[in-house]
Order: sequence, then structure tokens, then C-alpha cells
Amino acid sequence: MKNDTICAIATGATNAGISIVRISGDDAFTVADRIFVAKKPGKKLSERKTHTLTYGYIISNDEVIDEVLVSVMRGPHSYTAENTVEINCHGGYIVTKKVLECCLGAGARLAEPGEFTKRAFLNGRIDLSQAEAVIDLINASNDAAIRNSVAQLSGKLRDKVVSLRDKIIRDTAYIEAALDDPEHIDLTGFSDDLEIHLNDEIKEIEYLISGFENGKLIQNGIRTVILGKPNAGKSTLLNALTGTKRAIVTDIPGTTRDILEEIIVLDGITLNIVDTAGIHNTDDIVEKIGVERAVDEIDNADLCLFVADASRELDDDDRKIIDLLKGKNALVLLNKSDLTPVLSAEELKAACGRDVISVSARDEKGIDVFVSEIKKLFGLGTLEKKEDIFISKLRHKELLQNALDSLNEVLKSIDLGMSEDFFSIDLMNAYTSLGGIIGEEIDDDLADKIFKEFCMGK
Amino acid sequence: MDHIYETYDVAVIGAGHAGCEAALASARLGMNTIVFVVSTDSIALMPCNPNVGGTSKGHLVRELDALGGEMGKNIDRTFIQSKMLNCSKGPAVHSLRAQADKQEYSRSMRRVLENQENLTLKQAEVCDILVEDGHVTGVRTYSGGVYPCRAAIICTGTYLNARCIYGDTSTYTGPNGLPAANHLTDSLKKLGIEIYRFKTGTPARIDKRSIDFSKMEEQRGDERIVPFSFENTEDDIKREQALCWLTYTNETTHEIIRKNIDRSPLYSGDIKGTGPRYCPSIEDKVMKFPDKDRHQVFIEPEGYYTNEMYISGMSSSLPEDVQVQMYRSVPGLENAKIVRNAYAIEYDCLNPMQLKPSLELKKIGGLFSAGQMNGSSGYEEAAAQGIIAGINAARLLKGLEPLILDRSQAYIGVLIDDLCTKETHEPYRMMTSRAEYRLILRQDNADLRLTEIGHQIGLIDDERYEKFCLKKKQIEDEIHRLKTTMIGGKAAIQEFLTSHGSTPLKTAVSLGDLITRPEFDYYSIAEIDPDRPELSTDVCEQAEIELKYEGYITKQLQQIQAFKKTESKMIPDDLDYDEVPSLRIEARQKLKAIKPLSIGQASRISGVSPADISVLLVYMSRFKN
Repeated sequence: MKNDTICAIATGATNAGISIVRISGDDAFTVADRIFVAKKPGKKLSERKTHTLTYGYIISNDEVIDEVLVSVMRGPHSYTAENTVEINCHGGYIVTKKVLECCLGAGARLAEPGEFTKRAFLNGRIDLSQAEAVIDLINASNDAAIRNSVAQLSGKLRDKVVSLRDKIIRDTAYIEAALDDPEHIDLTGFSDDLEIHLNDEIKEIEYLISGFENGKLIQNGIRTVILGKPNAGKSTLLNALTGTKRAIVTDIPGTTRDILEEIIVLDGITLNIVDTAGIHNTDDIVEKIGVERAVDEIDNADLCLFVADASRELDDDDRKIIDLLKGKNALVLLNKSDLTPVLSAEELKAACGRDVISVSARDEKGIDVFVSEIKKLFGLGTLEKKEDIFISKLRHKELLQNALDSLNEVLKSIDLGMSEDFFSIDLMNAYTSLGGIIGEEIDDDLADKIFKEFCMGK
Repeated sequence: MDHIYETYDVAVIGAGHAGCEAALASARLGMNTIVFVVSTDSIALMPCNPNVGGTSKGHLVRELDALGGEMGKNIDRTFIQSKMLNCSKGPAVHSLRAQADKQEYSRSMRRVLENQENLTLKQAEVCDILVEDGHVTGVRTYSGGVYPCRAAIICTGTYLNARCIYGDTSTYTGPNGLPAANHLTDSLKKLGIEIYRFKTGTPARIDKRSIDFSKMEEQRGDERIVPFSFENTEDDIKREQALCWLTYTNETTHEIIRKNIDRSPLYSGDIKGTGPRYCPSIEDKVMKFPDKDRHQVFIEPEGYYTNEMYISGMSSSLPEDVQVQMYRSVPGLENAKIVRNAYAIEYDCLNPMQLKPSLELKKIGGLFSAGQMNGSSGYEEAAAQGIIAGINAARLLKGLEPLILDRSQAYIGVLIDDLCTKETHEPYRMMTSRAEYRLILRQDNADLRLTEIGHQIGLIDDERYEKFCLKKKQIEDEIHRLKTTMIGGKAAIQEFLTSHGSTPLKTAVSLGDLITRPEFDYYSIAEIDPDRPELSTDVCEQAEIELKYEGYITKQLQQIQAFKKTESKMIPDDLDYDEVPSLRIEARQKLKAIKPLSIGQASRISGVSPADISVLLVYMSRFKN
């Protein structure tokens, strides 16, 4: 229970010059040896003396990830009183994250929040008087982790995981029902069906994982399209956003030839503003690039911002946009709240069926509300720091990977011609892993499903 | 007026499947034991289906036998048909099931009880458990007889405040019209024990002479018979087997049920007890699974002594007139004469979360409980608990640690852990899916898992134990031989491989490696294994399974290692959960109620989160210091 090997980024800061990835547990040295190559070839880390520093590289697939200093500490003379390796990374946040992923790939498990401290305590390393503080820490961090983790889930991912779990447990329940009641339920030919289901599920999970690898929200930001009729104040809004002290603005060429993207990091959230035809000085995106193109952009966007003008009546342009937003992730901003209103928030709300945020781009009023609405929309509400997002994402990815591995094991068993009862172990492992993502326990799910779905018994 | 009689070590209340095993174990372990029964004619009665075993239940019986129980031997003596279920599946889910001659089964068990040293049979209804200073001191019967004792085991099955119902007919009797036990519940409630009300049901019995078997499919027993008891060989018990039959309900049957559903006490609300979902009445099946156009009906003999046939799959509590129509709509039963009507039965049992895993009540020292009284269902589940309660009553009186099997050792462990740890809202039935380590908990290796324990406890004699040790050694030797006998790429071997559709060898491999190939097994490579020793089928079977599934078995053994770690972290008896800071309220309440023995058990309680477990671990390590 306490000896498996865990790892995490031990330094909390964001883009500090040096960050530390800590590995602790029986296999800490073995894990580190799998990814570390010393500058001067010599002893493996596992053979080095305790409390020494070694200079070298973290390597993944023959590619150098970072230039690092690695410290080796043998238990019990370390923070956790276990074998510990600390990797001092120099390459900044993204690189540190990669180093951590290498550790995970090399056999360590992502540490739970507070787990280093917990181990330190359980191993007698921390003074007993600190016990209660540790308990609080464990509680607080676990709660926060669960909150963050669950909050991280966009509705779509959650739905996907729920539906995957449902498919997996249904197949498992069918197998189990048949095993428990072989005279009523027949499994002939079921392996073929299961194989089809598994391949679909595997494809879905792989797709989800690839999403994490791109780190969409983190690295690419939230793809945002701004819509509004001429002079509604889109550019003022953009300027207001970019002008915010906390925001960082850069211009980089987009993936599409004629599209320019503006990246705004706003209070920890990256907005990737799509300016399909130079939104700063344009009038109406719908007009300018044509409805067809706008529809395309809206379809590809993670977020649409509709800027309406409070000083003018709702017109056909507005209604056209409202139509386009149906079923999309969108926020409605009523701009020019500083002027005498002609269009009220209520009226606009009635017209588009969404909540309306009143802002004044000119006076930079209402921007905070707008930012917190974006956070809410993407489930980023409780997250303060970028690392939190990353860590809970990594946790999700790890769980998805576990689920994927388990399902592949089932395919292997089918291929080997094993009988159906062998499939259940791995199917349930996949089910449990996916459950970890949405914070659900198993308990009696399987038995419930068996009884609910299949008619059994005498 | 009370009369005080002689003192016993252990009093067993009830002589059903739990009571018989409890009483025998206790007496065999040297305890002076008395067993009370409402009627000595109803010892080891099978009031419902005429089978012993079945999926996962067969495992329980074999485990029981390995520990030194009686059920396996008794069914071997009295079966009339035997079948290994799930033969086309992996060895973990092979399950033995036998049709019993019910009366013979009951008689044979009675004979064992009557001739057991240290065991006294008494026909009487126990009304009171006598307790002083939180410990059992005796029991009192309805007629005022007081029997002082140092431990008591409640095995009242479905008799406590029993009520049988079909349609609007209801009688306050136990199964088969036997007298119910109407007083003990009050005594238990007075002792502060929480009581549940559960329900189960049984189908009609039909006169064999009124059945047209030509419209049904014949169901035969297996050619090769595997005995339940590890003491028996196939030759010891081989006999002529009886036939069972298969037929189906149809739309007419379902229409009759739907039309009369409001007359079912299950649907009118007259029955309040909670019934088992895995054993639904035919009306439940029809109402809950409207898409199924037919349900299977097995016709099984109740024994050679009678013409009554058990109509498996059609238990019901519909009124008599509906039952007649319903059964007669089934092909082959058109002219059926019902000898006994189907009925539902309600009974009292206790909330098993009040039990320690030893099956002793947490509240009352020396008071044990087993079988349906603990909210389980089934003869086998009852017997399995019975032997554990009997063993632990004896061990308590001898001042020994209780026998607690964990989830990685036996289905019996899973059963009792589930009962004591997880909330049961319906009669609990064993299922293979409940055993997380089922690849290790096979019915074929129950003796390898448990004979050692049975011997240590004192229920397995030296002779049987020596035989067992020999078998174990033979298995180990044979596996070792197969793993170390290397074969090379000789022409004869390559030819053998290709002719069996297998890939020729590039390097030398062991015979064991060949067995892991999907196209081979232990038996099919005999040709290229000239030095194979003469071994019993059981030994060969073990070698085959252990080698064939080695990869999977190793995986499960690793899981078990991790499990054992948390299981061996014991929680001190006197741990005060109110003193543990930061536990969440729900977790605190559950932990206080259940008082788990180990961190492992605590982690299985619903409502106790991993964070709570961490808190508990940290607190405990402070506590220790």
C-alpha cells in the first residue's frame, strides 16, 4: 500500500527558473534510471551514493527532454524516508510537465495531493505533534483534488466517460449474468459482439487521450470567435481584454493560412481569439466573410462571444447571429452599458434564451463577471493556477490510459480464445479507472446491473 | 414455571442447513452441544429447490467440505443427478450442482446428527436468549425449559414469525406448513438487536403422473461425476441418474399473469418483506421483462420417494385459481395436478452488520448467528455460515482466536465479509461476480486452499490430511517436471506441432510452455511426454489449470498481495472514532456502526472514502505510539 513509487512536481511555482520533479518509493532509482542519462557515463543512479548530485539529461524516445541535475537520497534519509530522486529541471513549465510524464511512463504513479507528506508521516519522519495538521492537509487536498478533478470535466468529456462506463458494465453484466445463470442466458457468439464494442470503445478512449496530449485548453487555449454587428464594440472589447494588466498578448500565425489568432491569457485562462478577417477593424463578420464561413468558424470554436449593442434596437443582424449560436457554447455580452439603454438585458435575454452579461468595454466594466462566466462555462471555476489544471488533466489521462490498457487486455484474451469469464477482470478494471475520472465508486453497480438488465434465476 | 436442565457448552437454535453444520462442527470440536428443532422430521429440510450447489454455491459446498463440513458428503450420499455447470467456460466458473432426493437428504443428515458424539437433539421452540452482563447464559423454550449454555447459535432460517402467502390466503406458518417460531424475535428485540423482514418464494409441486413429458426436452446428468466431497472418488458415488425436463412459458401464460397481477400480494402491497432479485417470481419476470416472450421452466423430481415434481422457474404468490390456469398454459402441463401450491414466505432476520466476521454478535458475547437469519438465502450460503459459527463458538469457549477467512481465501470469506460489511437490502445470494479473486477461488482447488485450515482447527482428521499432503506434493512435482522438461526441435516434435496446427519451435521450450499455447492442453501433449508419471485425474487437472492460466493466476496473486497488505492492517478494538479528527460524518457513523477489523474491511464500507482511510491510517499510527 505504501511502497509503490509515486512522483509529482514538488515545486508549486509557475514558470520559475527551476522546478523539481520528485520520485519516491521502493523503485524510485529504477524509475529514474529508465529516463536519465548522465553526462559522464558511469554508475547508474541506483548505484550512486546517497545524497549526491548527478548532471545529465532526461531522455524520451532518444530525444533529450531537458538538461537536469538529479539528486539521489536513500531511505530513510529523505523527506519521505523512502528512496527518493529529485530531478531539477531547467526548461520551464512545459518541459517539467514532460519530465513528469516520462516518470509516469517509466513506472511511477502520479502522487495524490499531500501524499509525500503523508508518507513522511507514516514512515515516522515527521514529528507526531504534526499529525493533526497532516490529517487536515490530506483532507483538504483530497477534497480540492476531487473538486478540481471533477470541475475540470467539460460536460462533453463527462458524458463520454459515463456512456463508456455504461457500455462496459453492460457487457460485463451480461457475461456475469450468463455465468451465474448458464441455463437461462447463453454466451454463444458473444465474443464477436464484444470485440466490436471494445474496438469502438478503444477508439473513443484513444481519441480522448489524444485530446489530452494536445493539452487543448492549456496549450492551444479556448478557441473563441467574437460576433456582433458593426459598431457593437467588438474591437473595444478586445482592446479592453488585452489591455487588462493581467493579460499577455502575442500575435502568432494561425494554422490556417489566412487566419490570424490572437492569444490572450486572462486570469489563467488562455483565450485563442480567431480573427478570421481582422476583427479589430472590421464591421460584421457575418457580412464580411459570408454566412457560410462564419458557420464554419462557429462550429470549430470552443466559445462564441456575441457582443450586442445596448444603445440600439435589436435588428436582423443580431437575430441572424442568435440563430447561428443555437446549441453552441456561447456568452452574450450587452455592451455599452454606460450609455442610455435602448436594448435592455431582459429583452436580449428573451430574444436569445441565454443569460446576458452587461459590460462596458470602454470603461472596462463587467469584464470580471465575463471572465468568471468563461471559467464557469469550462468548469474552471475553482481553479486558480495553471498547474492545477494540468495535474488534474494528467490524472484523467492516466486513468484513461489505464482503461485503455485494460480493454486491450480483453482483446488479447479474446484473441487467445479464452473463455468469457476471463474478460470480466479487465473489463471491471477499465470500468473502475473510468469511474475515477468522474469520481464514482463501484460498489454494487455490477450486481445491480445484472439484476436490472437480465432476467435470472428460478 | 421454568425448569432448569443440564448445562451445555453450545446451544444451536434450528437444524436447517446452517444449524446442522454449526452443531456438527461444535460437537466435533469437543463441545457439549444441544440443537433445538421445531420438528425432528424437518432436519436439513429442503423446503424450496431440490438442488445442492449451482454457480458459486457449488464452490461454497466444496469449501465447506475442505474445512470438514457435512453438506458435501451428504449430497454425495443422496444425489439423484449431477452436473458440472459452465463446463465450456474457464475453470474459475465451473460449478457443481446436484439434484437431491430431498427426503433421503434430510434423513441422511438426521442420521449423522443423531449419531454424533457430544450432540443432543431436542424438539422444542426456543423463545428466549438468556443474557447476563452482555454474555449468553442460556436459552429458554416455549414450555419453560431453561438450558444453561456458554454460547448459542441462532439458525432459525425462514421460521421466525414466518407467514406464507398466495393470493389473499395467508397462514402464519413456516415452510411446508411447519410451525413458525413466533417468540424469539421479541426476545432479540429486547436485547437491542435490529430485525429486518425478508421474503422469498417457491413454485408449485405437480404430480408426475399428470405431466406430458413428450412435450419437454430431456435434461440428463453428466457422464463423468465429480463428487462434492474431496473424500469421495467418482467410483465411490457413481449411480443411475434421474432425469429432469425443460419446457417454456408462453404468451398465454404471460397474459394470464398480467390479467391477474392485481391479485398478487407482491403487487397489492400485502407482502412487505424484501424479496431477492436473482430469484424472481414468475409474475416479477413477466412484469419486469415484458420483452421476453418466454421463460424457461425446469421440471425436477423431488426424489425417488414421491411423484411430486418441482416446477423450477415459476415461483409465485398468485391466488390458487390463477396458479392452476398459469401452470396449465405451459406445454406438457396442460393437465397438471398441483399437489402443493406455490407461495411466498415472509420471515424475520437480523441486520448482519451487527455481526463480527466471526459471526458473533457485536453486542452480545457468545451469541452467534448463521444462515438465512443473517439475511442470506440458499442452503449452501446457510451451511457455509453454519460451520464458521460452529467453529467460532467452540473456539471462543476454548479461548482461541476466531477463524475468519478473507476474500482471497474462500467464497465463504467473501460471503461473510459482504454480509458484515455491505448493507444488504435483500436476501443475499452468492455469485461468482462477487468474488474479486475468483480465478484463485476455484471449486477444483477448494481442498488445496482450505484443508490445511480444516486440519489445524480439528475438523479434518490426520488420515485425510496425509492423503491431501500427498496430492499436494504430486501436483507440485508434476508442475515442476513440466516446467523443467525441455523439448527441442527434433523432427518428431516439430511434426507433432505442425500436425496440431501449432507453430514449430525455434528454440527449446518446456512442456509447460506448450501447455500455455491455446491449441494445447495437458492431455493433448501426452504423445511428446513419454516420461509422464501415472497420476490421478485430480492431480492432472491441477497441473493443467496452474500451467494453462499461469499468466492470469499470477496477475490475481499480485492483486491478492496488495489486498493482504490492507487486510493485515488491523484496527484496534477500542479505537474511538469520535476522537479521530477530520473524518467525514457519514464515514464516522458507518465506521462506528460496523467497527471494521482491518483497514481493508473499512475501505469496503460504502460511504468511507479513500481520504477517510488516509485519515484513519495517520490517526492509527499516532495511536500506536
